[in-house]
Amino acid sequence: MRRPSARRITALLAAGLLLPVLASCGSGDGKGGSAEGGDSALVIYSGRNEKLVKPILDKLEKAVGAKVEVRYGDSAELAAQILEEGDRTKAGLFFSQDAGALGALSKEGMLAKLPQSSLDEVDKAYRGEAGDWVGLSGRVRVIAYNPDKVAEGKVPDRVADVTKPEWKGKVGFAPTNASFQAFVTGMRVLEGDDATRLWLKGLKANGKVYTNNLATLDAVESGEVSLGLVNHYYWYERVAEKGEDKVGAQLKFLPGGDPGALINVAGVGILKDGGQAGTAQKAVDYLLSKEAQTYFADTTKEYPLAAGVTSNVEGLPPFESLESPDIDLGKLESLQETLAMLQDVGLV
Amino acid sequence: MTTSASGGRPAGAPAPAGRRPVRTTDGAPAGRRPPWVLLVPACVAALFALLPLGYLAVRAFERGPRYAWDVVGDERTLQLLARSLSLTAAVVAACLVLGVSLAWLTVRTALPGARAWSVLVTLPLAVPSYVAAFAWLASAPRTAGFGGAALALTLVSFPYVHLPVAAALRGIDPAQEEAARSLGHGPVRTFLRVTLPQLRPAAAGGALLVALYVLSDFGAVSLMRYDTFTRAIHTSYRASFDRTPAAALSVVLVVMTVALVAAETRTRGRAGHARTGAGTARPAVPVPLGRWRIPALAWCTTLVAAAVAFPLGTLGYWLAVGNSATWDVGALGEAAWTTLGVAAAGAALTTLLALPVGVIAARHRGGGARLLEQAAYAGHALPGITVALSLVFFAVRYAYPLYQQLPLLIGAYAVLFLPVAVAATRAAVLQAPPVLEDVARSLGRSPLRVLREVTVPLAAPGVAAGAALTFVVCMKELPATLLLRPTGVDTLATRLWTETGSGSFAAAAPYAAALILLAAVPSYLLGRHRT
Repeated sequence: MRRPSARRITALLAAGLLLPVLASCGSGDGKGGSAEGGDSALVIYSGRNEKLVKPILDKLEKAVGAKVEVRYGDSAELAAQILEEGDRTKAGLFFSQDAGALGALSKEGMLAKLPQSSLDEVDKAYRGEAGDWVGLSGRVRVIAYNPDKVAEGKVPDRVADVTKPEWKGKVGFAPTNASFQAFVTGMRVLEGDDATRLWLKGLKANGKVYTNNLATLDAVESGEVSLGLVNHYYWYERVAEKGEDKVGAQLKFLPGGDPGALINVAGVGILKDGGQAGTAQKAVDYLLSKEAQTYFADTTKEYPLAAGVTSNVEGLPPFESLESPDIDLGKLESLQETLAMLQDVGLV
Repeated sequence: MTTSASGGRPAGAPAPAGRRPVRTTDGAPAGRRPPWVLLVPACVAALFALLPLGYLAVRAFERGPRYAWDVVGDERTLQLLARSLSLTAAVVAACLVLGVSLAWLTVRTALPGARAWSVLVTLPLAVPSYVAAFAWLASAPRTAGFGGAALALTLVSFPYVHLPVAAALRGIDPAQEEAARSLGHGPVRTFLRVTLPQLRPAAAGGALLVALYVLSDFGAVSLMRYDTFTRAIHTSYRASFDRTPAAALSVVLVVMTVALVAAETRTRGRAGHARTGAGTARPAVPVPLGRWRIPALAWCTTLVAAAVAFPLGTLGYWLAVGNSATWDVGALGEAAWTTLGVAAAGAALTTLLALPVGVIAARHRGGGARLLEQAAYAGHALPGITVALSLVFFAVRYAYPLYQQLPLLIGAYAVLFLPVAVAATRAAVLQAPPVLEDVARSLGRSPLRVLREVTVPLAAPGVAAGAALTFVVCMKELPATLLLRPTGVDTLATRLWTETGSGSFAAAAPYAAALILLAAVPSYLLGRHRT
């Protein structure tokens, strides 16, 4: 028995040794590198999902007139990677899914100051305090509800109300989701730690925990829960995919500056040491341009933040009409305390 | 023989009648210092495996020992420790029950279709933990938490126990069992009293791999929302971008690893026997199952259904529903090709590095040999992101041209999975009779020639099986691949991650299915592989 199976496995191993050689022939060896080759190619570390932003980054390549290499990953992990790379980073531009990761690089002094013209494209609330990153698109927290389970008029106006006894077992949320955590951080900034902790305890007692926004939205649609705390664009994406008549959930945008209506942003910053500042700046200009902003509005269903572009997604309330809380996004960096609180309450 | 720690008799047990006394590793060349030809490459491998530790030391004490101690000494750390250990204990216990029972059923009983079953129960290896967790979560959201995490991890890792135990069962001399049966013991009693104790080293080796796998897993625990050390380390990177607390917590994981490896070494004891003369053991007479045949078949069916058919079925469902299902055949093919390439290279490098360490661990005793083996295990329980960041750190400083190139990614696989290959090599070498090496040496062969002409050929099937296993785990790896792959290069795992990240599970399904099907090939060979 020993012989044939030994030979078979040895053959597999030998084939294994050959494969990488073949694979490297096929996979285009020119990729990577060239970070120090002056200002020619641009390397973008993108914490935003490839599915969402690849089309616009393809167009960006033409707009900046240079080769663009995109490294997709998780925003937080890419930020940690850039910090570990230090002044030898290969990244010219960091495209982050949230303000927090940009704030972390800014704090370590790794981002270059942006020209005032770029900064002025975007409302002061949605750019870095040190002027070294700028928001591109915004997403707003909303309450999704199932009209079969709860009448529109009965949906809470304040996120604080979901802890009321009448919603016991009827609220879905995703405590591990970064947007949820940013919103809780916002609540801490706005209403203080004690009030937030109390609210979280109430939410834990009332709520059902889901993996992410999508799973929460699914649960609302299926009627497993009546309410769900989610980001707005998931609903619009689903409507685009299935058609509105097939989506069983509705959205409520909270009024009156409620913490439950927090707006968070995705944005970009230029790496000081990436050696690609020229092309990176062209890329920032392009991402703030009308074409790119329209893309974010139409395709990812987010709120465009610059170039005077307004979203014309059907049913989406105008950006100006949102009564989001007045909060400095830079203050959302105290995420660690939020996590400690979530852990303390037993939600993550 | 697969990843077995040899199916020898417990130390001190009398040799079976009618057979010459068997030479054990204790007997022969044990105390001798390993030859340079082994020692030097083994030290290189160990240093390689210790890279993450160097990084952790730099990062953890960056802000002084006091800060690191504050992180580690926090009440929360103790809680995480308890959570990690209880999950590990539960999964290891479940894997032992599943793995040993399946090994016995497929190797020693008249189970209908035993050979097919022995292949089928190896296939769960091909399922990534995050895919298993996702399948369960999507169908039964209530499984979230400890139970769900334990379920998903058990179902993907019981072959780590099944494979070495099945191999050991094939190698055990049936004489003692027959004696027990002739004395009137039933099959169950014989199994518990006679067979099981002999399986201890093999089971312990498998259990160690399972334990280290559970400690380092991020995918399943994260989806199941069960907070363990690894998940806390991820959260720490994510929340603060501060690498110090994450590094301090990682150090605790390293300490746990060393404790586990030491515990396994004690359990393993001095077992490790090789046979000479009569060659391999006679095949045992299969135990008739009688009316237990149906429950036995039901047991196998349930496990294969839950571990393999269920996740595949879920993927099929995703493919069938939702119009985000797009078969990008080009991207799928390219990712599959890359995956095969990097995983094969990773397995080859890992096996090469593991060879000297495994031979020393099998053939030499003493503090130095033990230290080498433990060093090889050091990085195994660490989360992939920690290992990846440590390689970013070293490569950026000392090997910049390699940074974000394939060789670095392949190196990361070697650091992450060295123990899998070391365990297999060690077990394979233990099964090769040391007396043959002695003879070769007495004939004036140099240590290198002994290694090349005697040890390696004898151990080759087991080493190759270890390589196949490493190949499978490399294919499934995600966090290190995300950080270290060349820009623009994708594996099936990273594509899967991309697709699920944008919420299109239907588009993710082809990548998950391709990953499982490709990883099933070496798993299948492992299941077929017998000594």
